[in-house]
Amino acid sequence: MSEIRLETQGLSRHFGALVAVQGVDFKLGVGARHALIGPNGAGKTTFINLLTGVLPATRGRVLLSGRDISATVQAERVKLGIARTFQINRLFRGLSVLENVCMAVAERVGTAGAMFYPAGRRTDIIDESIQLLQTLKLADAARHRVSELPYGRQRLVELAIAIGLRPEVLLLDEPAAGVPSAESHIILDAIEGLPEHIAVLIIEHDMDVVFRFAKRVTVMVSGAIFAEGTPREIEANPQVREVYLGQAGHAATARAHHG
Amino acid sequence: MRRHRLRWWEALPWIAGLAFYFAFPDYLGFGCDLLVTILFALSLDLALGYAGIITLGHGAFFGVGAYTVGMLASYNIWTEPITGLLLAAAVAGVIGFLSGLVLLRTTGLTLLMLTLCTMTLLYEAANMAAAYTGGFDGLPSLPISPVFGVFEFNPLYADTQYLFALGVILVCFIFVRILVYSPFGQSLTGIRENVLRMHAIGSPVRRRLIVCYTISAALAGVAGGLSAQTTAFVNLAVLGLDRSATVLIVLILGGYGRLYGAFIGAVVYLALEHFLAQIYPAAWQLGLGIVLVLIALFARNGILGLGETLWQRFGPRRAAP
Ligand SMILES: Nc1ncnc2c1ncn2[C@@H]1O[C@H](COP(=O)(O)OP(=O)(O)OP(=O)(O)O)[C@@H](O)[C@H]1O
Ligand SMILES: [Mg+2]
Repeated sequence: MSEIRLETQGLSRHFGALVAVQGVDFKLGVGARHALIGPNGAGKTTFINLLTGVLPATRGRVLLSGRDISATVQAERVKLGIARTFQINRLFRGLSVLENVCMAVAERVGTAGAMFYPAGRRTDIIDESIQLLQTLKLADAARHRVSELPYGRQRLVELAIAIGLRPEVLLLDEPAAGVPSAESHIILDAIEGLPEHIAVLIIEHDMDVVFRFAKRVTVMVSGAIFAEGTPREIEANPQVREVYLGQAGHAATARAHHG
Repeated sequence: MRRHRLRWWEALPWIAGLAFYFAFPDYLGFGCDLLVTILFALSLDLALGYAGIITLGHGAFFGVGAYTVGMLASYNIWTEPITGLLLAAAVAGVIGFLSGLVLLRTTGLTLLMLTLCTMTLLYEAANMAAAYTGGFDGLPSLPISPVFGVFEFNPLYADTQYLFALGVILVCFIFVRILVYSPFGQSLTGIRENVLRMHAIGSPVRRRLIVCYTISAALAGVAGGLSAQTTAFVNLAVLGLDRSATVLIVLILGGYGRLYGAFIGAVVYLALEHFLAQIYPAAWQLGLGIVLVLIALFARNGILGLGETLWQRFGPRRAAP
């Protein structure tokens, strides 16, 4: 692994008596393709919420390119280059697909606060957004209201918004969850087509996807890191298998679905 | 993305406004009321309809604007109407900004209660400062200088007042229209639609809300100042809950977040009030209540929203599937 982009040191988050994330030391290198797996309720989403600043950490630090951003608010972290998608869609449902993406692009470019000209006149922002939609095969739906799209395509909009921020670190929380397998390849292709230098962390239950995409895998159980290694090492790890089988095979079902 | 382009029917409200002037010379006082209500509703639409700031206390800014104009005129400090409105906007804007700094940390019911409290505080302050504000009796017979030094405000016949008010709301409307179609306006809609996502794309949400609230307050201040000028009168009622509730009803009737909802809502509300009061003088609010229930049940987006739905279903251009 080359230069480290994102790092956590002893990161913990408590919800009352529940310890959702527990002393996590984690490193994400420049250009990483890293998968985070673990049973339901393991704390994966909470971990991402800590990285992005949605939640403050109870203990520990988050470093971006060596700089401590633990006290930085969410919007500032986005400006520093951390973007994410949500496990459950969080979109501007009443707006068109194009407007959803433009919102993110305008915010990145720094024109979103401008008051005295029409948003529609920023053709640079609109063109960039349309191009992005084309790469995600969403261009035909650009003018449709998000709430009119099937869930699978809404997931793509979720991804488009994050990519539109041109992040250095991209955190994907089960990007293909709820997407019919006929469409999930579009999402996976899009993720594979991301610029090399972006550090990508993907939470994913489907082991096929993990194998196809990830160069490293971290297994999280009960808020703590349980194992870490290459996909092959993780698959061969008997304890990891036990965790998954003991949980009635989340991964196994997902795989059966796929094959 | 081309929604900011002017459409032909957008001239209609202004043509109607002028037509009213010629057609109903005896009702121009009522016309002024209508225009003031439209402007006040427009200011609320910016905060509530676009940015989703839930407020029941917008009358606070209306009242501050009204008292700014009223007190300056009453003590003969400043009687020029146009700069008077600018002063009203400035004072209301400052109060909007200061209260927004605190209030907009909260959301939902807490925010609703705090906006209400702000207004009540101002009401009590105005009441206690009766020596300056005239207390409950208010400040009557405000002297207002002629518009442009030429057109006198006529206490008996509201023709100058009406045209002045029409001009003022035209200017304010153009301003609001530019604002809501700007990138800033888009981001307000984004905040209303999904505030969590706005944070996640790096938007300075609270700053945007404070700016929006300040502008909205300034516009409400203009509406209040205009009310003081056109009626030559201010009293504590401008800070009362009644007015804030009325303007909320106007927006719900017309359809919020739609720019023209304020116009339709104000016309329908005042017409309903007028006719229902004639037919059922004792119980006209019951009729209004029934209309509101119908709106809530069958037209969540108000009359304009209902119109849009019908247009999409039966209009000439069939909507995309
Ligand atoms: N805001 C919250 N308040 C209280 N408890 C929470 C909160 N968010 C998460 N939790 C708890 O923290 C634990 C970890 O949840 P988290 O959503 O991070 O799991 P996950 O690994 O993402 O699971 P899944 O695979 O189901 O998405 C769970 O027990 C959950 O109930
Ligand atoms: Mg999760």
